[in-house]
Amino acid sequence: MASKATGRWLVLAVPYLWLLALFLVPFLIVFKISLSQDAIAQPPYLPTFDLSGGWALFRENFAELSFENYGYVLSWDNEFIEAYGSSLWIAGISTILLLLVGYPIAYGMARAPKSIRPTLLMLVILPFWTSFLIRVYAWIGILSPEGLLNQLLFALGIVNRDAPLQILNTDTAVYIGIVYSYLPFMILPLYAALEKMDETLLEAAADLGCPPFAAFWKITWPLSLPGVFAGCLLCFIPAVGEFVIPDLLGGSDTLMIGKVLWTEFSVNRSWTVSSAVAVLLLMVLVIPIVFYQNLQAREMERR
Amino acid sequence: MRKGLSWFNVSSIALGFAFLYIPIILLVIYSFNASRMVTVWAGFSTHWYWQLFQNQQLLDAAWVTLRVAFLTATVATVLGTLAAITLTRYGRFTGRTLFSGMVYAPLVMPEVITGLSLLLLFVAIGLDRGFWTITLAHITFTLCFVSVVVQSRLVTFDRSLEEAALDLGCPPFKTFFVVTLPIILPAVISGWMLAFTLSLDDLVIASFTTGPGATTLPMRIYSQVRLGVTPEINAACTILIAIVTVVVIFVSIMTKRQEIERQKAERMAAAEG
Amino acid sequence: MNTGVTEKTQKTIGGIRRSFAPWNDPQAVPLIQYKNVTKRFGEFVAVDNLSLDIYEREFFALLGPSGCGKTTLMRMLAGFEDPTEGQILLAGQDLVGTPPYKRQTNMMFQSYALFPHMTVWDNIAFGLRQDRMEKGAVNARVEEMLKLVKLEKFGKRKPHQLSGGQRQRVALARSLAKRPKVLLLDEPLGALDKKLREETQFELMDIQMELGMTFLIVTHDQEEAMTVADRIAVMNQGRLVQVDQPAVIYEHPNSRYVADFVGDVNILDATVEAVEPGMITLRPLAAPERRFRIAQDCPAKPGDSVAIALRPEKMRVEFDAPADPNVNCLQGEIWDIGYLGDLSIYHVELPGGARVKAAKPNLTRMVERPITWDDKVYVYFSPDAGVVLTS
Repeated sequence: MASKATGRWLVLAVPYLWLLALFLVPFLIVFKISLSQDAIAQPPYLPTFDLSGGWALFRENFAELSFENYGYVLSWDNEFIEAYGSSLWIAGISTILLLLVGYPIAYGMARAPKSIRPTLLMLVILPFWTSFLIRVYAWIGILSPEGLLNQLLFALGIVNRDAPLQILNTDTAVYIGIVYSYLPFMILPLYAALEKMDETLLEAAADLGCPPFAAFWKITWPLSLPGVFAGCLLCFIPAVGEFVIPDLLGGSDTLMIGKVLWTEFSVNRSWTVSSAVAVLLLMVLVIPIVFYQNLQAREMERR
Repeated sequence: MRKGLSWFNVSSIALGFAFLYIPIILLVIYSFNASRMVTVWAGFSTHWYWQLFQNQQLLDAAWVTLRVAFLTATVATVLGTLAAITLTRYGRFTGRTLFSGMVYAPLVMPEVITGLSLLLLFVAIGLDRGFWTITLAHITFTLCFVSVVVQSRLVTFDRSLEEAALDLGCPPFKTFFVVTLPIILPAVISGWMLAFTLSLDDLVIASFTTGPGATTLPMRIYSQVRLGVTPEINAACTILIAIVTVVVIFVSIMTKRQEIERQKAERMAAAEG
Repeated sequence: MNTGVTEKTQKTIGGIRRSFAPWNDPQAVPLIQYKNVTKRFGEFVAVDNLSLDIYEREFFALLGPSGCGKTTLMRMLAGFEDPTEGQILLAGQDLVGTPPYKRQTNMMFQSYALFPHMTVWDNIAFGLRQDRMEKGAVNARVEEMLKLVKLEKFGKRKPHQLSGGQRQRVALARSLAKRPKVLLLDEPLGALDKKLREETQFELMDIQMELGMTFLIVTHDQEEAMTVADRIAVMNQGRLVQVDQPAVIYEHPNSRYVADFVGDVNILDATVEAVEPGMITLRPLAAPERRFRIAQDCPAKPGDSVAIALRPEKMRVEFDAPADPNVNCLQGEIWDIGYLGDLSIYHVELPGGARVKAAKPNLTRMVERPITWDDKVYVYFSPDAGVVLTS
C-alpha cells in the first residue's frame, strides 16, 4: 500500500512542482522586480537580495522596495494609462466583431448535414495549425497601399490610383488582423455549443407557434450562451496583451500595452517599469481570467 | 423544419471560409512570382525557393526550431497527461484550486507576461539563455494545452475498464499502461501534435527567453518581415503551409477511414445478432 | 420470519435430483460472510450495519431499487470500496484492506467493460496472464471458455465487431476464466432485449450448475432474481428486508415493502378481530361490514392494525357470490379492465371508494368478455390466499 501512495503522490507532484517553479515563482519575481529600482548593473535593478549578508542586510534590502514604478506607470504624464485603455477598447471591439463574424459561420456549420460537419470543422482548424505569424504576414501584402486590395479597387475603378486606401498601419488593420487570427478560437466553442443543441427543441417551438426568427432568440441564443462566453474570453484576454499584430499591422499611433511593454523592456531597457506594466496588466485581466478558469473547471467536472 | 442548408447557412459558411483562406492562397500564389515586387505578377518562377535553400541563417533557425519543438512536445505530453490524470481522478485535494488555476490560466495568459516572467526567472537563477531556456519556457505553456486535450478524453473514459483490469489481477500501475494509456492514446497524440505546433509557431515567448546562438524560425521570419514583404518569406511560408496541410489531411483521412471501418464492423455484428 | 414452508429447492446436478439448502443446515460453513458491515459516503449511509451469509455453490441475488446499497455491497466484496465498519470474510479470511487485484473474486460489469483495444481472445486471457499462467494452459483455458459461451469462432474479433449478446458472453467468459471463488454479476443482462434476456438467464443457471460455482448477482429486476436465484435478499435503504428462496419471498413476504416490490399486490388495511391457532379473523377498513379469515399463525393481538397482502392472480371475479360461506368476499363495480392477452386485470371499485385488482386468465378465444365496465361483481379469495403483514 505504501508504494501505491508514493505513486499517486508522484503523479501529482511532478506537474505541480513544474508549474510552481516555472509559472507561479516567475510571477512572484516579476512582482518583486516591479518594486525595485533601475540600476546600471547586472541584473539591471536594485536591490538584489543577497542572503549571505544575513538578516540585517535582508531587512535593509527590503526597505529599499517601493511602489515608485507604479506611480510612474499610473501617472497621466506618461502614455501607459492610455495604452491600457486603448488595448481594452481594441480587444473589446475585436471581440464583438469576432462574435458577429463567427456566429453565423458556427451556426451554418452546426446545421450542415452530419456527413460534411467533420470536414468543415477540419477546414476551420487547418489555418490554426499553420503559423500565426504567417497569417498576420499575409495581410501585409493585401492591405498595403500598393497591395492586392488596392490593386483590385484600382482595377474596378472604385479608388483613384493617386489616392490608395490607407489601411495598413492603422487601427482598422489591427482589427482585421485580430479577427482573422482569432476566428477559429471563436468558432470552435460556438460550434460545440450549437452542435450539441437538440434540434427537436426548435421543432417543439415551431409546433407551439413560434416563428423561426423568434425561436432563434428565445431558444438557440440562450442555449448557446456558454459557447459565447467561452469564445469571447478565449479571444478577449489574449487580444488585450497582443503584441505581434499591432506591431506588424498597426501604425505608430496604435497604442497597445503588449507593444508598450516590449518597447519598455527591449528599447528603454527598464526591467522594473516593464515588470510594473505586466503586474498591472495582469490585475486588469484577473477578473476575466478567473471567470474563464471557473468556466473551464466547471465544464470539465460536468462532463 | 427545413432540412439541409438554407441560403443563409450556405452563404455564411462560404464567406467565412473565403475570409479564412483567401489570404493564405494569395500568399502561396505570390511565392511563385518571378518579380520581387509583391503586387506585380511577372510570371511563374521557383526562383525564391532556390534562394531560400541557400539561406543558411534561415535553415539554421529551422533546425533549432524543430529540435525545440520536438523536445517540448515530448516533455509537455508527459507532464500534461500527468496533470490531466490528477485533475480528473484525484477528486478534491489540498491545493487543487491553485493547481487547476495554474493549468488553465496559461491558455489565455498574454504571451508578453509569460515571456517576461520566465526571462526574469532565468536571470534570477543565473541560467544561461539559449536553446534550453526556450525549451523550458515552451514546455511550461504547452503542457496546459496538452492537459486540456487529454482531460476531455479522460472525463468520458469508462472507469469500469480499469476496475475490470484490477478485478482480473492487474495492479494499478500496470493497469495504466496496458488499459488506460492505449485507449486514451489518440488524445495523447493530438496533445503532442498541438504542443509541437504551438512551439513551432511561438514568437513572443521565444524572443524573451532566447540567448545568443538560439534564433528560432519565427524570430528570423519576423525580423525579415519587419523590413517589408519579400517573396523569399512567401516561399518559406508556403513550404510550412504545405507540410501542415499534408499532415493534417493525412491524419484526418486515416481517422475517417478507421471510423468507417468500425461502423461497418458494428453494423455487420448487429446484423449477425 | 415465516412458517409452513418446508419444501426445498430441487436442483439437477449430473442427472441426480437433490435438495440444496445449506442455509437450513446449522453445520454448513458460509463461503461469504458480511459481519456488521456499514458503508458511508460522507453523510450518506449506503449500507447500514448489515450481516449476511452466502454459501458455496449458491446462486444468490441482491434485489432492490436503485440506491438501495446493493451495488455497494457487491463492490465491497470485489474490493472497489472498503467498508467503513465491519468485516467481510471470504472462505474464513478477512478481505478488508486486500486490493481488488489480489482477491479471488471476479466481476462481470454492467457495461461489460471489455477492453476495446484487445481481441476477444486477449480479453479472456487477460486475467490468466496476470497470474503468469503458462502459455499452453492459457490457450487451453481460453478455448474452454469460448466453447462454454459458444463463441469458438469469434476469438480474433475486437469487441466492437460483436453484437450486444455476444459482448455479454465475452464478459462472462472473461470473468469465469480465472475460476474465481465467487462470480459477481452487476446487472449483467440489463442491456439485452427481453427475449435474449430470458434465454440468457437460463444459460447463466446452466453454467453455474456446470461449473459448480458461487454466483452473486445484483439486479433491480424481480423476475430475473426469481428465475435465476436460489435465494434472494431484498434490500431497502442499506438494510436487508428479507432473505429467502424466491417462492417464500413471493408467497410469504414479511413486510409491505417486500410484498409491494416483488410482483403485483393489493394491500388492504385491516383491524384484528380474533386470533386462534392457524387462523386470524380481520375487519377490512375498505369494507367494515365484512370479515376476512386468513389461515396463518400471527403474533398480532385483537385490536391491532395490520395489512393484508393479496396477489391479483389469487382473487376471483364473478357475477355470483361464492357458494362456500368460508370464502372471503367483497362486492364492487368494475372500474377498469386491463387486457393483457393471456390475462385480464379487473380493477374493482368497492363501495367505500377503495380499489382492488383481480387477474383472470383468458381461457377461451373471445373478443368480448362477459364481465365489462360498471358491472356489479363479487371478488373473493380463499383463507390461504392472503398474507397478514404486521410491518
